[in-house]
Amino acid sequence: MVFLTRIEHFNAAHKLFNPSWSREKNEEVFGPCANENWHGHNYELYVTIKGEPDKETGFLYDVKKLSGIIKEQVTEKLDHKNLNVEVDFLRGKMCSTENLAIGIWNELSAHLPASVKMHSVKLYETPRIFVEYFGQ
Amino acid sequence: MTMERRVSIFRKEHFNAAHRLFVPGWTDEQNFATFGKCSNPHYHGHNYDLVVKVTGEPDARTGYVINLSDLSAIIQQQVLAKFDHKNLNLDTKEFATLNPTAENIVYVIYEILRQQIDPKFDLSVRLYETDRNFVEYPG
Repeated sequence: MVFLTRIEHFNAAHKLFNPSWSREKNEEVFGPCANENWHGHNYELYVTIKGEPDKETGFLYDVKKLSGIIKEQVTEKLDHKNLNVEVDFLRGKMCSTENLAIGIWNELSAHLPASVKMHSVKLYETPRIFVEYFGQ
Repeated sequence: MTMERRVSIFRKEHFNAAHRLFVPGWTDEQNFATFGKCSNPHYHGHNYDLVVKVTGEPDARTGYVINLSDLSAIIQQQVLAKFDHKNLNLDTKEFATLNPTAENIVYVIYEILRQQIDPKFDLSVRLYETDRNFVEYPG
């Protein structure tokens, strides 16, 4: 079993704000992340797939194709965007890093060939904060 | 005879903020032509890394150019408290009318810090908007 990782990045605005709560409760739970006027991050995205290399190519999967699918299905929808307002696969969801990683997994797994097995989505919100999702 | 030995000391801090690059008098087309996706009216954001460089002669008794915890406190109180987790366009008086490019942000931060740091020291400020894009203002 080999694991192959492609790293991409995007910059986006968001806020952590539950619309069914009062402003005070949002600030109590989410602190400065609840700022109604948004704040933002440079996100670093690690997508890892796994499997056995193809006998003829030696590839698990063509990493340029993987990069193209990540860009088309994920980073073009997220880069320089407002995650709460502009992203179809996050609509109605809290824009936490956890939910963003799950959303990215779901978008990619729907568009990668069935032969490609995803292992993990690792998403850095800052150099010190990241989440990992393994699809379960 | 004493020899002047000037040393630079650096403190790194960081803040996260949203912004939008645009010129208010321009059409959306002009703004997008100049600023591209950075002009998105819904904003986007960055993890900014800020490196503050203070240069001077170490004090003969303490050996310090400047106490780093004092420098850190100045940056936190005067800069980060204004900009961290903020929308630079909407939440700060500094960028209410000034376009929050990295160039303008580093200049504003320099001017804020210059008021707080002893004039006998040289000051330089470097601001990373991303790992790959950064600006520097040496005054």
